[in-house]
Amino acid sequence: METKSIMIVGVGGQGSLLASRLLGNVLLAQGYDVKVSEVHGMSQRGGSVVTYVKYGDKVYSPVIEKGEADAVISFELLEAARCLPYLKKGGHLITSTQQIDPMPVITGAAQYPENLTEKLKAAGAELVAVDALSLAEQAGTAKASNVVLMGVLASRMDFPEELWQKALEQCVPPKFLELNKKAFELGKNA
Amino acid sequence: MKKLMLGNEAFARGLYEAGCKVVSSYPGTPSTEITEEVAKYDEVYAEWAPNEKVAMETALGASIAGARSFCGMKHVGLNVAADPLYTAGYTGVNAGMVIAVADDQGMHSSQNEQDSRHHAIASKVPMLEPSDSTECKEFVKLAFELSEQFDAPFIVRMSTRVAHSQSIVEMEDRKELELKPYEKTPQKFVMMPAYAKGRHVFVEERTKKLIEYAETSPLNRVEISDKAEFGVITNGAAYQYTKEALGDRVSVLKLGMVNPLPVKLIQDFAAKYERIVVIEELDGIIEEHCRNIGVTNVEGKNIFGYIGEINQAVIAEKLMGEKKDFAALEENIPVRPPVMCAGCPHRGLFYCLKKLGVTVSGDIGCYTLGAAAPLNAIDTTICMGASISGLHGFNKARGAESEHNSVAVIGDSTFMHSGMTGLVNIAYNNSNSTVIILDNSITGMTGHQQNPTTGKNLKGDPAAAVNLEELCKAIGIKRVRVTDPYKLAETEAAIKEELAADEASVIISRRPCALLKYVKHNPPFAVDTEKCVGCKACMKLGCPAISIRDKKAVIDHTQCVGCGICKEQCKFGAIG
Repeated sequence: METKSIMIVGVGGQGSLLASRLLGNVLLAQGYDVKVSEVHGMSQRGGSVVTYVKYGDKVYSPVIEKGEADAVISFELLEAARCLPYLKKGGHLITSTQQIDPMPVITGAAQYPENLTEKLKAAGAELVAVDALSLAEQAGTAKASNVVLMGVLASRMDFPEELWQKALEQCVPPKFLELNKKAFELGKNA
Repeated sequence: MKKLMLGNEAFARGLYEAGCKVVSSYPGTPSTEITEEVAKYDEVYAEWAPNEKVAMETALGASIAGARSFCGMKHVGLNVAADPLYTAGYTGVNAGMVIAVADDQGMHSSQNEQDSRHHAIASKVPMLEPSDSTECKEFVKLAFELSEQFDAPFIVRMSTRVAHSQSIVEMEDRKELELKPYEKTPQKFVMMPAYAKGRHVFVEERTKKLIEYAETSPLNRVEISDKAEFGVITNGAAYQYTKEALGDRVSVLKLGMVNPLPVKLIQDFAAKYERIVVIEELDGIIEEHCRNIGVTNVEGKNIFGYIGEINQAVIAEKLMGEKKDFAALEENIPVRPPVMCAGCPHRGLFYCLKKLGVTVSGDIGCYTLGAAAPLNAIDTTICMGASISGLHGFNKARGAESEHNSVAVIGDSTFMHSGMTGLVNIAYNNSNSTVIILDNSITGMTGHQQNPTTGKNLKGDPAAAVNLEELCKAIGIKRVRVTDPYKLAETEAAIKEELAADEASVIISRRPCALLKYVKHNPPFAVDTEKCVGCKACMKLGCPAISIRDKKAVIDHTQCVGCGICKEQCKFGAIG
């Protein structure tokens, strides 16, 4: 199988590492060769964070470049717009509708673009926009937006449900497991 | 059992499986997780040292004592440890010794982009370079064997992409090793001129043997393709990019041992093709080596340059003229630079420094973000510890004019790493300088590592804690005081007083990192829109939780941790 590429993007602190590890474990259990590339260190402090997940028969490069991603999962709307160029033609863009102002917007040096979901659709992206923050709060904590979006992704991928459940058990500490399973379920049905 | 592992985690697994007994490191992105992961194995003694020099000397001591040992650091850390490295190259080892140095191509989290292969060449210490997690584990295990075979410490060079990418690793059992006997051998371990001269002869002989080994080592691999249009010589992550971009359209010589480099292997490979392209990140070390050994049909840096990371798209475009289509929005997407977190204790301090308009000599850590808008408070950032020594030099140059208007800022861990010696210099050489230690009770930027001031060791067990106040006093600083950066007025007054004083002073700005699990947060604040006049005074703090909507301040309840500095800043009592 040709290598497939999924990008998980968001703002530092939103939990993209957990999301990519969940997905990585599901893909490993499916028997694929898998590479997951993460960002640590300074970039994590509230900056744009990008994680790459690639799978197939044999994966070489761990990174994804412009025009290569089969899907982009974004935890924040502006980051979805930023990463649009990474999407392949006809690729899927799954985004939370949450908006977090970056520092140039906070200081007034720049404007947060308006009507981004419409613009992303107009640019040709196969867009799924979900209010992941509200669903996560419904599950018990705003922090579970990442797992809500993994639920949204899972509903669009053809992998057995038990692999996702097992990956959740592997990646989430036991005391937060039930909450995250609920968040995952809400995402799947969104 | 197969597992997805970060390169750093696989490296740690390699240390464990190879029977490594003693680990001493200083954290630094992208190397940190090697030591954090290996500390999870009870069979391995692992510690954070105050700096890389101490870590390397500890590892060398353990090797001399007969235990396989390891120290890990980032590229700039190897500069700090260069002193022991260059002489460890002479002494060699007793039990195997492996050093990890992690380069940061693209400067994701570093102050420069140096290529650490230069250190390996200059110190004549052999260096291996894996290209994914599987190789991380294999290379580390082999490096211990080779270290003992060739009587040399071995460096394993990592990069951000290899360190922080996960790929599949097959786990094996640990090989438990007996301590090697220790015998006093001054000719080998006492590096005074008479003995060192002998060891230098040994080093040159060893390099010849290592080159012979490199010619046939499985670390260096030729992958011939019948369809090859030209030949590529590559190393590390660039190998993976090459394979993805070019597949079987090229033949590849993959170099897993990057110092010393083979001669005949490269000459023979190059003789097969009219065109040879070296694809290596940062400096053109392999390419220059090719020219030195008479391989003239070689290109590389003329195509790829010396800056940043290479990737498959760059290779496909520059060598094949291939480019992928993609869509983009027409409008400007504002950048999202990293920022100090909501509730970060550094914010209040930098706000006061900006307000007072002082010159700030900065250092390495989360607080380097004090240089970014809207605080823009920092004037210089060079390397670990340079804030204090740099301020001293600045003040010696400009005298009273700057002494009363400039400070150094340095974190607790950085102060222990190499700030202390600068403070000794200030006391000893009678400098009227003001040093602010930002004590957030943890090593923050690299992801919360313990350090000698926190009272805990790497494994989380209780440990001796350096008392910063007493240490500064013992160094000879008479004016030492502690402030709380969540209290703006108190902090500002303290800075003014110490700047006005006619002798050196230390302010310890103390408040634990807001991300520490044990830190209890206050409930989030909210803005009373009736009282908010939209003056934007709160916005000057640069808190990511505060924004303006419809000309009034809004606080994001998911980010706010109730630190209260915006409340103190608001003259209209609108925040509560």
